[in-house]
Amino acid sequence: MSLFSVFNVAGSAMAAQSQRLNVVASNLANADSATSSTGEAYRSRQVVFRTIDVSADKAKGVKVAGVVHDPSPMRVVHDPKHPMADEKGYVTLPNVNVVDEMVNMMSASRSYQNGVDMMNVTKTLLQKTLSIGQ
Amino acid sequence: MISKLENLVGFNQRALGLRATRQELLSGNIANADTPGFKARDFDFAKAMQNVQSPQRVQHSSLATTAPGHIGMADFRSITSVPKQYRVPQQPSIDGNTVDMDTERMQFMDNAIRYDAGLTFISGQFRTLLSAIREGN
Repeated sequence: MSLFSVFNVAGSAMAAQSQRLNVVASNLANADSATSSTGEAYRSRQVVFRTIDVSADKAKGVKVAGVVHDPSPMRVVHDPKHPMADEKGYVTLPNVNVVDEMVNMMSASRSYQNGVDMMNVTKTLLQKTLSIGQ
Repeated sequence: MISKLENLVGFNQRALGLRATRQELLSGNIANADTPGFKARDFDFAKAMQNVQSPQRVQHSSLATTAPGHIGMADFRSITSVPKQYRVPQQPSIDGNTVDMDTERMQFMDNAIRYDAGLTFISGQFRTLLSAIREGN
């Protein structure tokens, strides 16, 4: 029954989008983290989506191929009183763009909702299929 | 009796199979709305329906299988072998993704309703048959 693989496709989309939401949450939480376990300022993370085969040749799901560090330049602020400031008084802060992350969050949550809707529609169709002839 | 049943519900059964395949394909498009480089796919339902209906495409084991490891020819009417086409994007995006969410959601709902209609037709046919079996009671 090929309708069942819609669940796999929608499920893969929901899993990928929820991981994207997780990464956004991590970026927003660390938007001002001047240091970390490595001693360097937090670098913004971004997920990379990749298409995967869910069934033989038709259904294409999605998965997170990896989480990459954003290569954009770090935010440098002049604040000589800051404990992490260098000898010239500059502090390196994360390259998290809060506006970008909010947009990313909305996009991820809408895509997640799409996954939920696909599952609901397919569930209704399958239930009706089971009641053929009744 | 079985061939009569096939004559009765065969058309709707194949239509439902194609609808289910299309539903799966469209769900893949929606799932990959944010994947860079993903090309949205779909198929022409009318052509696919003609494809699974046409009797000249039925080929039963035309390949010779001379060793136990050989695999015979599959039934050509299999609904999984419908030719898929890439959708022409209305507003192409810079990352190469051609999923247009409005189009895909619309097609997804449209396909779901048509699947539902197919189910209603097939249920009606079974009810007609049952009514005949029970002599109208």
